[in-house]
Amino acid sequence: MYNFDFVKPATVDEAVKALGDEDAQALGGGQTLIPTLKQRLASPSKLVSLTGISDMQGVTKDGDSVVIGGGTTHRVVAEDAADAYPGLAGLAGRIGDPAVRNRGTIGGSLANNDPSACYPAAALGSGATIVTNTREIAADDYFQGMFTTALEEGEIITQVRFPIPKVSHYSKIAQPASRFPLVAVFVAQYAGGVRVAVTGASNNGVFRWSEAEAALSQNFAADALEGLTLPADDMIGDLHGTAAYRAHLVGVMTRRAVTAAS
Amino acid sequence: MPKDGGIGASSKRREDIRFLTGEGNYTDDINLRGQAYVFFLRSDIAHGTINSIDTSAATGMPGVVKIFTAADFEGVGSIPCGWQVTDKHGEVMQEPAHPVLASGKVRHVGEPMAAVVAETLAQARDAAEAIVVDISDLPAVVDMKDALKADAPKVHDDLKSNLCYDWGFVEENKAAVEEAFQNAAHVTTLELRNNRLVANPMEPRVAVGDFARGTGDHTLYTTSQNPHVIRLLMGAFVLGIPEHKLRVVAPDVGGGFGTKIFHYQEEAFVTFAAKACNRPVKWTSSRTEAFMSDAHGRDHVTTIQLALDAENNFTALRTDTHANMGAYLSTFAPSVPTWLHGTLMAGNYRTPLIYVNVKAVFTNTVPVDAYRGAGRPEATFQLERVIDKAAIELGVDAVALRRQNFITEFPYATPVAVEYDTGDYVATMDKLTEIADLAGFEARRKESEARGKLRGLGVNCYIEACGIAPSNLVGQLGARAGLFESATVRVNATGGLVVMTGSHSHGQGHETSFAQVVAEMIGIDENMIEIVHGDTANTPMGMGTYGSRSIAVGGSAMVRATEKIIAKAKKIASHLLEASEGDIELKDGAFSVAGTDKSVAWGDVTLAAYVPHNYPLDDIEPGLEETAFYDPSNFTYPSGAYACEVEVDRDTGQVTIERFAAADDFGNIINPMIVSGQVHGGIAQGIGQALLENCAYDENGQLLSASYMDYAMPRAYDMPFFDVDHSCQTPCTHNPLGVKGCGEAGAIGSPPAVVGAVVDALRSSGRDVTHIDMPLSPNRVWAAMQ
Ligand SMILES: Cc1cc2nc3c(=O)[nH]c(=O)nc-3n(C[C@H](O)[C@H](O)[C@H](O)COP(=O)(O)OP(=O)(O)OC[C@H]3O[C@@H](n4cnc5c(N)ncnc54)[C@H](O)[C@@H]3O)c2cc1C
Repeated sequence: MYNFDFVKPATVDEAVKALGDEDAQALGGGQTLIPTLKQRLASPSKLVSLTGISDMQGVTKDGDSVVIGGGTTHRVVAEDAADAYPGLAGLAGRIGDPAVRNRGTIGGSLANNDPSACYPAAALGSGATIVTNTREIAADDYFQGMFTTALEEGEIITQVRFPIPKVSHYSKIAQPASRFPLVAVFVAQYAGGVRVAVTGASNNGVFRWSEAEAALSQNFAADALEGLTLPADDMIGDLHGTAAYRAHLVGVMTRRAVTAAS
Repeated sequence: MPKDGGIGASSKRREDIRFLTGEGNYTDDINLRGQAYVFFLRSDIAHGTINSIDTSAATGMPGVVKIFTAADFEGVGSIPCGWQVTDKHGEVMQEPAHPVLASGKVRHVGEPMAAVVAETLAQARDAAEAIVVDISDLPAVVDMKDALKADAPKVHDDLKSNLCYDWGFVEENKAAVEEAFQNAAHVTTLELRNNRLVANPMEPRVAVGDFARGTGDHTLYTTSQNPHVIRLLMGAFVLGIPEHKLRVVAPDVGGGFGTKIFHYQEEAFVTFAAKACNRPVKWTSSRTEAFMSDAHGRDHVTTIQLALDAENNFTALRTDTHANMGAYLSTFAPSVPTWLHGTLMAGNYRTPLIYVNVKAVFTNTVPVDAYRGAGRPEATFQLERVIDKAAIELGVDAVALRRQNFITEFPYATPVAVEYDTGDYVATMDKLTEIADLAGFEARRKESEARGKLRGLGVNCYIEACGIAPSNLVGQLGARAGLFESATVRVNATGGLVVMTGSHSHGQGHETSFAQVVAEMIGIDENMIEIVHGDTANTPMGMGTYGSRSIAVGGSAMVRATEKIIAKAKKIASHLLEASEGDIELKDGAFSVAGTDKSVAWGDVTLAAYVPHNYPLDDIEPGLEETAFYDPSNFTYPSGAYACEVEVDRDTGQVTIERFAAADDFGNIINPMIVSGQVHGGIAQGIGQALLENCAYDENGQLLSASYMDYAMPRAYDMPFFDVDHSCQTPCTHNPLGVKGCGEAGAIGSPPAVVGAVVDALRSSGRDVTHIDMPLSPNRVWAAMQ
């Protein structure tokens, strides 16, 4: 690690101000950022911890939506969203291990947009709204390729608003070493149609599988996916899985998510 | 009735109290006054010419004490290799120099090029970033077969090629083996890879060097399995420090698995730098450094062929292996694919003719050396896999094929130079059949299939050679060391005693099990006995802990020393009891005169030895302390039979281990609980190798699996409950305890069972699969189903 200053503001406004300094960076649960710092792969001048901002904490139900504070940990989501949005809570409860879930935050995960992260699938698969200190961004506009998002420098995710579906499920096959998704699929059925979001698979990060969405919107059953495949061209190929295997897994995980959806 | 002490009792591990309560004393816990820290600047390319290293900007940075490069090590020796293999043409292996800091060239990612000693680690690291290394990339050799091509880039320019040696064993058998293959009714051929592994002990390596200017004494604290060996290798070959001026301390060590046997550059560096800087110098490996500097394990590519006659008797075996040495020869690297591998190729079977060819190859990768099992897992894996494949080809039951070919008479002289003293392979297979409930497998398969899963069963045997080894024999085979062990037993005046053993303990529980042996011999409470190890200053010579040799060799030395103690104590007792020495009996901690009620307690005798008022001073010296050196006359040959049952997900290729059973014959057993624990750990590592672990390089020599994000360690979650049994006991005939050793068996016996089970599962769904290379990742298993 290189030296840095550390502040822990109590309000979003103070945090925004602190992030105005050159090379200042937001710190959520630190589950991604701290290992990066330890390896000296980043050198922020100042870390602005968001964990002391009470406005960014917690899970609330607001009409047909669940609203989650940007600084809420995976564990809190797993527990407190279980009644309102079990598919989302189930996803949060299977991120990493207990230590990671007790620190890692939804804002950090969405800001980082790791191509193998779990939350991007839920946000895109729910058509969630990413609320920042300056604006609201639809999930469809937010994710812009691996590790790339619509966030501007210094912009803070303060809330994420998830419309609650009729049924949903997140099916994940873990990469054997990291236990991040090798491929995972979030399926959610809404009155207006079905959304299918895929993570872990594509070189372009999380994406919607539109053919599957169309088929499932007609008939929400695993059988509806019969014959649908994804091309392997843009899939990630690495030590743990070839592009062809990942393309195959997208189909398997989608079918499983549909079957398990509740 | 289970015993509550002594040999055969499951005494609780006394060392665990300090380990589990944070009271252990690991090398990283040692901090000396005035200590500075070193950070190694390591190569991030696999192969390159160092044009220059400019330290000028770094030298003046805050906290910097001194910066070292290869230039500072002129006149310092090369990191030595402890085993010289002679090839099939009678020529000795090619042996490159191995500098402490890279000299002229870098040869693998992670090789240290420069070292910064500074007041703090952060300062050392800051300064290292300011060092400018001008390096020209060279093409890297990674694949072993490519490395042997005539136009391959050379890892070492001063060697003839990248071939370290081309070993043939037994060369005299070669023609007869060829002939047997020509006459065979059936030949089965299997090509396979034994995947490269990173040992990953929980505690990374640490070294602290210290130098006392007033006396000229050097001290090295290090995470070692064998501090005396480090003292000898580093003192004699690298730094030129005589043993009486060099103390090596390996305090509590958090797991080794082989990778802490070897002498590493970092140890030599801190010892050297402590003198050069005139202050203690400490290095603590980060996990990232561990991946690219701890010696790796395995990495063999093999073609094995088995010849059978018309009755399915094995008639000959022939293997062709490429063994990766990495960029330099680590301490015991050359012995692993040769003498620890070729000599085990007979396995549990009566194959009369065997020929083993091994080409050891230099590549631009981290050095490869012994890892739990060392050569024996590689031998067992290929042999057991080729038998499974032969059974498939012949349409016979694989267990029956094994049973038909079992060695049943002992001693048995194999065609690969070793003689098994005892064993009962039928008994362990029978025991396995029972504990694994092999009869119930078909019902379990049906139940799995009803749930949509494939289920498979893998059964195999293993044999290994432990208790390494007769010194005169290993000397002939190229070892540059003796492989005896020593122990000193020091009895105190009030009857308690200390055993100082050369067998270092780093997880094995020696402090408990060794005490049980002495307690049994004298008939005193285990708590009166302390086991001391790990410090060259207070133990006699020690060759260390590896090859499951501790109880067989170190324990035997301790028994011999204790026998000397008892013999002397009997002399003292006979004096005190005014009886003839021949009539004195020792039982339950008291000496008595046979046939009388006259007796004297152990404590009275020990007191007399140190307060010799009434004592036969004309005949014997006061005091009660004895040392013994024990050199074994043969290896020991533990063996067993293992069974694994898996379920395979048809859609994803994911494998889960549903059942795992192990029936081992370890000879006599000192502490059954510790033995079970050793087997559990070994199986977990074997399952890790079979399903998860994969040290992978890309074609440029970049390490792809350089962290736990990509190197998959087995987790508790991946393991079933194990059924282990060690009630089949054919005691070793040539050591005093009749013990064979149990530390590596689990890791040796389990990989073929796992692979066999997965292959069986896929075959049950009609797929013509005979082998899948490890690790059996979901992707590989899925691909095999397509
Ligand atoms: C062992 C391990 C296993 C894991 N397994 C999984 C897994 O299975 N699935 C999975 O999805 N993830 C996994 N993770 C990642 C984990 O979920 C992290 O919590 C997440 O990636 C980052 O969240 P964080 O709060 O820790 O963010 P930090 O590490 O603190 O920050 C990450 C980035 O986000 C920025 N940031 C943080 N908060 C905000 C905010 N509110 N607004 C704007 N920017 C912000 C930071 O500046 C930084 O750039 C794992 C991590 C570890 C260490």
